[in-house]
Amino acid sequence: MIKETPVHFHRMKDMPSSHLLGTGTPMCSGCGGLETLHNMYDILGEKTVFVNAAGCMTLLSVYPFTPFRGGWLYTSMASAPAGAQGIRDAMDILIEKKKLSADENMEVVVVTGDGSAYGMGMSATSGAMDRNLNFIYLCYDNEGYGNTGQQYSAATPHAAITSTSKGSHGYPGFKKDLFSIWAAHHPAYVATIIGAEPLDLAKKIEKLQAMEGPRMLISLAPCPTGWDYDPKLSVEIGHLAVQTGVWPLKEYINGKVTHTKIPKQRKPVEDYLKLQGRFKHLFQPRRDEQAIAEIQALIDTYWDNISE
Amino acid sequence: MTRKLLTGNGAAAWGARLAQTDYIPAFPITPQTEIIEDLSIWIDNGDMPARMVTMESEHSMITAAGGAASSGVRVFTATSSQGLLHGMEMVYTVAGWRVPFVMVNVSRGLSSPITLESDHNDIMAARDSGFLQIHCSTCQEITDSVLMAYRLAEHKDVRVPAIVNLDGFYLSFTREPVELPDTEKAAAFVGEFDPENLQFKGSAPLSQAMAVLGGGPYSYFRYEAHLAVERALSVYDEIADEFADTFGRRYDIIDNYKMDDAEYVFVMVGSFATKAHDAVDSLRQAGWKVGLARLRIFRPFPQEKIRQLLKGRRAVAVIDQNISMGMGGVLHSEFATALYGIKDAPAVLASFIGGLGGRDISQQEFFEMINEIKQACDKGVSPAPRLLYTQNELTEIRNLQAIAHAEHAEIQQKKD
Repeated sequence: MIKETPVHFHRMKDMPSSHLLGTGTPMCSGCGGLETLHNMYDILGEKTVFVNAAGCMTLLSVYPFTPFRGGWLYTSMASAPAGAQGIRDAMDILIEKKKLSADENMEVVVVTGDGSAYGMGMSATSGAMDRNLNFIYLCYDNEGYGNTGQQYSAATPHAAITSTSKGSHGYPGFKKDLFSIWAAHHPAYVATIIGAEPLDLAKKIEKLQAMEGPRMLISLAPCPTGWDYDPKLSVEIGHLAVQTGVWPLKEYINGKVTHTKIPKQRKPVEDYLKLQGRFKHLFQPRRDEQAIAEIQALIDTYWDNISE
Repeated sequence: MTRKLLTGNGAAAWGARLAQTDYIPAFPITPQTEIIEDLSIWIDNGDMPARMVTMESEHSMITAAGGAASSGVRVFTATSSQGLLHGMEMVYTVAGWRVPFVMVNVSRGLSSPITLESDHNDIMAARDSGFLQIHCSTCQEITDSVLMAYRLAEHKDVRVPAIVNLDGFYLSFTREPVELPDTEKAAAFVGEFDPENLQFKGSAPLSQAMAVLGGGPYSYFRYEAHLAVERALSVYDEIADEFADTFGRRYDIIDNYKMDDAEYVFVMVGSFATKAHDAVDSLRQAGWKVGLARLRIFRPFPQEKIRQLLKGRRAVAVIDQNISMGMGGVLHSEFATALYGIKDAPAVLASFIGGLGGRDISQQEFFEMINEIKQACDKGVSPAPRLLYTQNELTEIRNLQAIAHAEHAEIQQKKD
């Protein structure tokens, strides 16, 4: 399925500096989701239609302004992949019937938050993968219903304080493994990415551009307002998410999962946790050794099973 | 022109085929399934150059319909009852996108209790969405209405989606002779779809369905949609004239039967009007001046036509196959709105609710309704809303309740 294409992105200076995404959006400063979208858009280019589900990014296009140079369609919280289906099928029909020339074709890209991807939109996403829809899906995962004030979602990590888990132990549940759920559908491509690792992200976008079918991306999206930290720390927190092993960078192709950036010496998870207000209760007024150890053990167990 | 024996579902599928539909997002639900089964076999056999995709829900189906229509292809889809409600968020949403496509709804009662049989609460729930609504009473009317619905929805002054409604079982599964328009004639009547500004293409950036901030822009777009739906009334008359000239069948906004000198009038929508038709004939034979006004276009609501039609009549019986809990019949309220304060409005506008969940409305009941509104006129008092139910039906449900209670008691006894 993968065509032989030269790899353009070897080092940071290979990255495009086109900055296709317009400035002045109403996203919060330090938005990790926007960082991912910006990096991704430069590689995908202008011939893209973004199909959006309810979330923070819905506010990117507010009449009459848009930061995009291509297309945009807002659908609903649950059905963005179905909107992508309609657009993809319509463009294919028009091209087939010669009512649209092939060079007018556009890449259809669903963009939703974790609230939609991990929950309400899961059925529509599953259906789109069943039907082998030729599209890209970007989930910007800020681990909670961010646009409504960071209530916990199925993507919220264990122990995080959210607007609906304010107790002394935070969120009692565990983050859902969306990567595995998506991969179980055997789509063309699934990958985790993060804006703070633009080279890894660029290589993955380049790879999926040579493919057809469902190409699924989950980006951890550090969120200053939802995670309670200074916006200037977004990139650092992103790096730490990878270096501590909290956010494994990996991809799924043809039934095989490959880790694309394995931290040689994993930093302790508390380096990542202690920068964020949502985990402050693990350190103040006194260290909650047990909770920190539990979180560390979850990460260690994950990586113990990774043999690359 | 070919004459075929078709079910209402078959007639709906033929409408979509003759309208040269490009794309059909689908999801099966009883009693609509035959529509998408017919279309799929035609597509598979190469008889219909369209693409069909079965979605995983009606919510997604209507999203895909809107997405495809917003990209410039002609779309058809069909649903019923719970499906329409499951997709209701998107019914409202895609109407706001101002994308013209046609959706057939096969009316079926809503849960709870769950049933497969027909009434109009499903379609009434879509009343305020921005979809046009055409209600059919025969299989012939279904094919013809689908063709007209495309013309109406796609008209440059309208540009909203349309629902063609037919009753589950009474029409969906009932075979009637249908004269199918010739393929070429139908194609010429419907015409090529002009997407106007609906498109996504590489060389022309376009955002659709964007958010707005503030009530000003929001109200503007909502008012625009309302005015567009209203314009469908005058546009419809032109289309109906052209349809009559082309195919020899005329469909007015209100289908009148023996209305010229009628003093007492039945008002209703859908296939049960054919039963009222028979009742009018019987009552006329008995010397009563009775007529029937069947509303075909329910959205936009033809207020002025209703006023002209009903002023000067003695009494009107509005029959609703729907029930708004705590209020009564939806049609009745709408007719009251249209007639309020009008000079020479009928003195009596009575509400009758019947035909819920496939329940019949018998000829005897039609006679009773006329008797009741006549008496109300004589007394000068409007009657209270009536929920049609017979003594036999009450006995039947009491028997079922007795069984349920006996079973419950038996289980309790075993526990003790």
